[in-house]
Amino acid sequence: MSAPAAALEARSPARVLFWAVPVAIVLLVLPLVIDQYQTILLSYGLIMGIAALGFNLLLGYTGLLSFGHSAYFGVGAYMVALMVKYLGVASMELFLVGAIIGSVVVTALFGFVCVRYTRIFFGILTLALSQVLWSLAFKFFWVTGGTDGLRVPTPILLGVVTGKGGKIYFLSHAYYYYVLVIFFVCVALMWVIVNSPFGKALQAIRDNETRAEFVGIQVWHYRWVAFMVSGVFTGLAGALWVPLNGLTTPEVLHWTFSGEIVFMTVLGGFRSFAGPIVGAVVFNYLKTYAVGFTVYWQLLLGVVLVILVLSLPTGIVGTAGRLLARARRNQPT
Amino acid sequence: MSLLETRDLVKYFGDTHAVDHVNFRVGEAEVLALIGSNGAGKTTLVNVISGLLRADGGTIVFKGVDVTAQSVHHRIKAGIARSFQLVNLFDQLTALDNVALSVFSREGKTRVLMRLAETDRAVWQEAQEVLHLFGLEGQARMLAGGLSQGERKLLDVAVAYALRPRLLFLDEPTSGVSTREKAPIMDIITSVVRQEGISAAIIEHDMDVVFSYSDRIVAMHQGTILADGPPEEIRRNEQVIANLIGATS
Amino acid sequence: MDFFLIHLLNALLYASVLFLIAGGLSLIYGVMRIVNLAHGNLYAFGAFVTAWLVGLLAAAPVGLQYLLIPAGALAAAALGAVLEPTLLRPFYKRAEEYQLLVTFGLLMILEDVLRLLWGPYPLTANVLADVMGSVSILGATYPNYNLLVIAVGGAAAAFLWAFIYRSRFGVVLRATSQNMRMASALGVDVNRVYVQAFTLGCLMAGLGGAIIVPSQSAVLGMGVDALVLSFIVVVIGGLGSLEGALAGALIVGVVREMGIALFPEIELAVLYLMATAVLLIRPAGLFGRA
Repeated sequence: MSAPAAALEARSPARVLFWAVPVAIVLLVLPLVIDQYQTILLSYGLIMGIAALGFNLLLGYTGLLSFGHSAYFGVGAYMVALMVKYLGVASMELFLVGAIIGSVVVTALFGFVCVRYTRIFFGILTLALSQVLWSLAFKFFWVTGGTDGLRVPTPILLGVVTGKGGKIYFLSHAYYYYVLVIFFVCVALMWVIVNSPFGKALQAIRDNETRAEFVGIQVWHYRWVAFMVSGVFTGLAGALWVPLNGLTTPEVLHWTFSGEIVFMTVLGGFRSFAGPIVGAVVFNYLKTYAVGFTVYWQLLLGVVLVILVLSLPTGIVGTAGRLLARARRNQPT
Repeated sequence: MSLLETRDLVKYFGDTHAVDHVNFRVGEAEVLALIGSNGAGKTTLVNVISGLLRADGGTIVFKGVDVTAQSVHHRIKAGIARSFQLVNLFDQLTALDNVALSVFSREGKTRVLMRLAETDRAVWQEAQEVLHLFGLEGQARMLAGGLSQGERKLLDVAVAYALRPRLLFLDEPTSGVSTREKAPIMDIITSVVRQEGISAAIIEHDMDVVFSYSDRIVAMHQGTILADGPPEEIRRNEQVIANLIGATS
Repeated sequence: MDFFLIHLLNALLYASVLFLIAGGLSLIYGVMRIVNLAHGNLYAFGAFVTAWLVGLLAAAPVGLQYLLIPAGALAAAALGAVLEPTLLRPFYKRAEEYQLLVTFGLLMILEDVLRLLWGPYPLTANVLADVMGSVSILGATYPNYNLLVIAVGGAAAAFLWAFIYRSRFGVVLRATSQNMRMASALGVDVNRVYVQAFTLGCLMAGLGGAIIVPSQSAVLGMGVDALVLSFIVVVIGGLGSLEGALAGALIVGVVREMGIALFPEIELAVLYLMATAVLLIRPAGLFGRA
């Protein structure tokens, strides 16, 4: 019983701040110390952190394993690209609003169908629906740009900050801090949500669906709302990602990308709050440096995933927590 | 008028009539024991009335309202709650969390996303009081999965009680518990329900428990009600003795 | 009229292959209560092995090359026999998320293993289909090989029905699927039944791939497409039921063929819509167990 107990311990406010404040300070100060390329790399990591955070609301807290979260990331990304293409929008704030609206619509629709089912049906249904979006992105190539995708120029932040002074500088400074602020907001928001009465209801549903029904919780309603919140976070991440990448392609809707989201969450540890974030950041670095190593990226991910599930199911954060707890027990006071 | 009444209630499993045209009645503020050998239909009856299973025929009337077609959610709002034979709790949450969840749910507060659960003092206060009523205040911060069988059984009832029902179905609240612990558990449960004027229908196999704690006994056999009356009467009923009391412990 | 007949035959062709894949998936679920997300890749594996062998033995007499079709099926079966005890058995007692995660990992592994073994380009085995020529039906020509596939699909359905409902192994299989503990208490070696059932399911999937590869080709990504399609089949027909897999496969085959004929653009969407509609009305499918 020590792992869940440790997770509970971590929830007290003092403990949270103990970790959160130093990390926040480091993230704020880092661009002054590392080079521009590294800062941009870290931005990618934080963005994937937001995506994984959203994903884990469903997995870690509601007990639903989605294999189709690429759909919402892609919706966010394509909303931005389409707003550029058809509406000539350049404001980042409008991009975010558009991405949220798009994500809400798609998750409400997909979620309505998916959350009536659990386990394997839920999983494959989410996979199937994301593949539908992926194939639509190809079929309607005159809208989505097909395999070439759609380009997105540097956006205008807060109506005033532009990339005129150099794209790399913009991305590694102004845009980094913009992403960072949104990252902090998302983390805080998700923290409140999982610790709210709603969050407790989700965990109850995860632990014992029947019992939850019998304390008066209409299970599928809650799952639906969780699905939407989860998808919107991931959609937001997609919107933040496009300007950084400069381009969005159908790959971002493909199931292999969903697999990466699953992988990074399991890597970090899906039974903890911070696990998905840690996993996303670590995975981002792994991918950047390992992709030059081998063409067989899926193979590597698959093997590591199997090893993780076989021997380190609590991921990085869970395992670290256990080791820390053991070290503290062995230390003379 | 009874608190709960079923009329010609039917439930089939394939060809078997698990519940066969049953007219079951629970009055206000009464403690009733539901007895019968395995397969008599007791748990199925409770499952149909509480909403876990759909009835195949007949009606269920609660507080004068036909609830036969209503969802579990509505039945709970109306005032029916239950515990389970195989203890059904949220094992990864604390005992306090388990009870608090019932309170949040009852108050409609589980819809609240943007507020930390800790800030609602009234709910936690009430949850503590409920735990205290059931003698579990010492276990408040422990994970439900880590409690002893007797504590889990009591917690299961406490979670149902926290919904402030008018009618509580308890499915074998002392099963799996050592004989020593049975009386204290039943004492707590019955004193709580009697104090609040809640009606309780308790499925039980232990005849000592049945005869010590119930106002009325309903005996079932092969899907129908064999006998229905006060303990003294049931004790002398030949059919009941032949089918049930002699065979079970 | 000939137009209609050709479409009907195409629908049956598609249904035959789908039945083999979805039937395998359903069989495994029925006995073991697990869904292997990598099941589609076993179909792909069967296709690739057969196509590769046909390429290797291109100089051999064509008659002999037909034997490579069962070879592909057996290769998939062998792979399944290896995978079940090593990767799946450790997870039967654990939370279901872990089962899904490990089979998802397997899916990723197999996708790349196919690429590693046979490269990114499609493999073909057209010679087996071309050599059989075509037949003239009511004025239109239709490949004889396709008729062979339909026949194999039908034969597989009949064979499986006989195997499961008439043989001793079938009794054991059905007993284990209905009540694993009871079967075990009666002396059934559940582990052995599991690996046999899993192998049989993989054999079916592999056969599906092997039999269709002369008509289409073995291409990367076919595994996931097959997984999604067989999922639609079991949603409609019900998971765990062979009759369901047959009914579902026929329905999907017909609807897809109608969709291609009438609205080629949205063929996939029609299938998903149908699956969604079935899920909303009858969650367990037409023949499924809840």
